[in-house]
Amino acid sequence: MANATSFFTRTRSKSGRWDWTDYASYGYLLLGVLVVFGPVIWLLLSSFKTEAEIQRFPPRFLPYVQQTVMVDGYDEPLAVYDIVSGEFEGRRLAQIRRVGLISQMVDPDEPGERLKVDIDDRQAIESVGLATENYTELFEQFSFLKYFWNSAFITVVATAITLLVNSMAAFGLSKYQFKGRNVMLIIVVGSLMIPQTVVLVPLFIVTKELGMLNSLWGVIIPGAATPTGVFLLRQYMLTIPDEILDAARMDKASEWKIFWRIILPLSAPAIAVLAILSVIWRWNDFLWPLIVLSENQNFTLQIALNSFQGEMTTKWSNLLAMTVLTLLPITFVFMFLQKYIATGIASTGGK
Amino acid sequence: MAGIGLRDVRKSYGDAEVIKGIDLEIAHGEFCVFVGPSGCGKSTLLRMISGLEPITGGDVVIDSEVVNDVAPADRGLAMVFQSYALYPHMSVRQNLSFGLENDNTPKAEIVSKVDDVSSMLQINELLDRRPKDLSGGQRQRVAIGRAVVREPRVFLFDEPLSNLDAELRVEMRGEIGALHKRLGNTMIYVTHDQVEAMTMADKIAVLRLGELEQFGPPLELYNRPANLFVAGFIGSPKMNFMKGRVDASDRTKLALATGETIAIPSDGFMHEAGQEVTLGIRPNALQPDDAGSMTMEVRSVEQLGGESYLYGALTDGTSITIHSPGQTTVNHGEKISVSGPLNEMHMFDTATELTLRAEEG
Repeated sequence: MANATSFFTRTRSKSGRWDWTDYASYGYLLLGVLVVFGPVIWLLLSSFKTEAEIQRFPPRFLPYVQQTVMVDGYDEPLAVYDIVSGEFEGRRLAQIRRVGLISQMVDPDEPGERLKVDIDDRQAIESVGLATENYTELFEQFSFLKYFWNSAFITVVATAITLLVNSMAAFGLSKYQFKGRNVMLIIVVGSLMIPQTVVLVPLFIVTKELGMLNSLWGVIIPGAATPTGVFLLRQYMLTIPDEILDAARMDKASEWKIFWRIILPLSAPAIAVLAILSVIWRWNDFLWPLIVLSENQNFTLQIALNSFQGEMTTKWSNLLAMTVLTLLPITFVFMFLQKYIATGIASTGGK
Repeated sequence: MAGIGLRDVRKSYGDAEVIKGIDLEIAHGEFCVFVGPSGCGKSTLLRMISGLEPITGGDVVIDSEVVNDVAPADRGLAMVFQSYALYPHMSVRQNLSFGLENDNTPKAEIVSKVDDVSSMLQINELLDRRPKDLSGGQRQRVAIGRAVVREPRVFLFDEPLSNLDAELRVEMRGEIGALHKRLGNTMIYVTHDQVEAMTMADKIAVLRLGELEQFGPPLELYNRPANLFVAGFIGSPKMNFMKGRVDASDRTKLALATGETIAIPSDGFMHEAGQEVTLGIRPNALQPDDAGSMTMEVRSVEQLGGESYLYGALTDGTSITIHSPGQTTVNHGEKISVSGPLNEMHMFDTATELTLRAEEG
C-alpha cells in the first residue's frame, strides 16, 4: 500500500519537491480521469436517484432522498417538509397530495386535520441516500432476470460456437495445403470490409426463411463465423511449427486428434483473446438482436434497455439502474482477463 | 526383418525436381546415414520414406511391401526431428505416451513401457517436467525416447544433433550408436556433417542435388570415392585436387597445370595417354619432401601440438592442404617441395568427374 502511495505521488525530482512539470502532468492525468471516468460515475450516482431527482434542475451530484413519515390514517409514507413562511411557519408537516400550486398537508402529530399550504412556503427535508427501489423494481416489475438469462445464453453459446467454428477454419487455412486456399483466405478477410448494415436485409430474409426469427438461435447462428476470429487464430496457428504436427502424425494421431490435442491447447492464448472479444461483442450487440427479437420474453438486456425509452416518457431511474447492471459483467471480464487481452493481442500481432 | 528399398524414387514441386530417381537398398539392422550439403534433398528423402511427404514417382518398399499409399503412422516407423518437435503443452510422460495412447495400448502397458524407456535413456527424473524446462540434451533424449517407446521397425533421424553444442553432440552420437547396438533396428540418419556420417554409419549414402552419388560403407567411400564430389565431401580436411594432363606418350607421367610433371600410378587406373585428369591426394598423404616434384608456397601454419596443418598454394594458385603428424618446422611464407605416395593417389576424369579407378576383380 505504501508502495502504491509513493508510486502515485512520484515527482520529477527525487526529493519530492513539486516542479511545474509535475503540476502539469498530474493536472493532465486528472483531466483524463475526469473525462474518461466522469460519465461512469455520473451514471452510477444517477442510477441511485429518484425519478424526481433525476429530472431536477439544476442537477445535484449526490443522490438525495426525501425524508418520509408514517401518519395514522394513511397507508403510504408521506414526504416531510419544513414550512419556512406563511401561515404555518416553523412547523414540520407531511404532504398528502399536491394540487396545482397548493399542497394538502397534515401535521403528523394531529393526523385528523388537513392543511392547505402554498408550495412556495415549504422546503423539503432531504438527506443523502440511495434510491435502491430503482434496482428492486427491475426484479419486481420488469423481468430483468429473464433478459439477463437471454443475454447470458446468447453470449455463452455464441462464443462457444464461434470458437469451435473459427478455430477449425483457421486450422484448415493455416496448416493444410490445398488448391484455392489463398482465395478462401482472401474471401474471408475481404468480408471484413463489408459493413454489416449492407447485408442486414438479406441476412434478415435468410433468417426469416429458416424460421429463426424471434428465437435466440436467430441471434446466435448468423454471427457465429467471424472473419476477424478466423484471421486472428490463423495468424497464431501459423507460428506453431509443422514438425510438431508431423510428430503427432508419426504418433498415429488422427487429424481430428491433432486439432483437438495439439493445435487447440497450443493456440490457447489466441483463443482466449477471441473468447473475450466474442463475449464483449455478443453482450453489447444491439442492432441484430433488435431486428430478430420482437417478443418481450426473448429480449436481451440491450433490447430491454431500449424498450424503457418510450415514445412519450422514459423511465430514466430504472433505465440507468439497468444500464449499471448490464455493464457489470463486461467490467468483470475486463478486470480478470485484461492480462490475456494484452498479451494475446501482442503475441498474435507480433509474429 | 525390416529392410527398406527405394526404387527410382522421385519428387518434384511443380517443375522443380528435387529428388531425381534414387535406388537404394538398406538391409535389416543397418545404420544408414544420408549425407550431403544442404539442399541436396536428404531430409526430403527421409520424409518421403516416413510418408509425411508424398512421392511423385517410384516405390518405397518396407519389408518387401510397397508402402507408397500407406499412412505415415501405419508404416511402423518412428522419427526424431531436427527441432525435436516435442509437444510443448504436455509433460515428458505425456509426450512419451501420446503415441501409445493413439495405438489404444492398455494403460498399465503404457506406464511400464514409458518407465522402461525413460530409465534406459536416463530421463526418469524428468517425467513430470514440461519440454521448456529441459536442456537441449534432455530434450533430445525425450525426442529419442518418444521414438523408442513405440517400438518401431525403423528409426528415422532428421539431423537430430544439429542443435546441440559440440561436446554434447559427441556424447549423443555415442548414445545413438549404443542404442542401435542394443535395439538392433534399422536406422536411417540424416546429417550434413560427414564426421557424424563416418563415425556412426554402417553404410553412407552421399546425396547431391537430388541424386545418389555413392552408397557404401564409410571406408569404401573414403578409400574408393566414385567421383570428385564424394572424394571432396568425405574426409576432413578436404582432399587436394590438382588438374593436369596425362603425358601423351607416357601413362606414368602427369603434366600439372602448374607446368610441373609428377609420377602417377599406371596400374589400377584406366587413364589414357593425353587425357585431362584431376589428381586427388588427401592432406595426410602429402608430405614435405625436398625431392618432391610439386612446389608449394605456405600461406598459413596451424600447430596443434600433436599434429600440424600447412595451408598453401601451388604455383598456379590451386590451394593445397598438408596434414603432418607431430610439430612442423616449416614457417609461413616458405616455399617447399611436396610429394605423395603413388598408392594414395586418386584420379578422376576432369570432364565427367568420375573416378578412373579400375574395378577390382
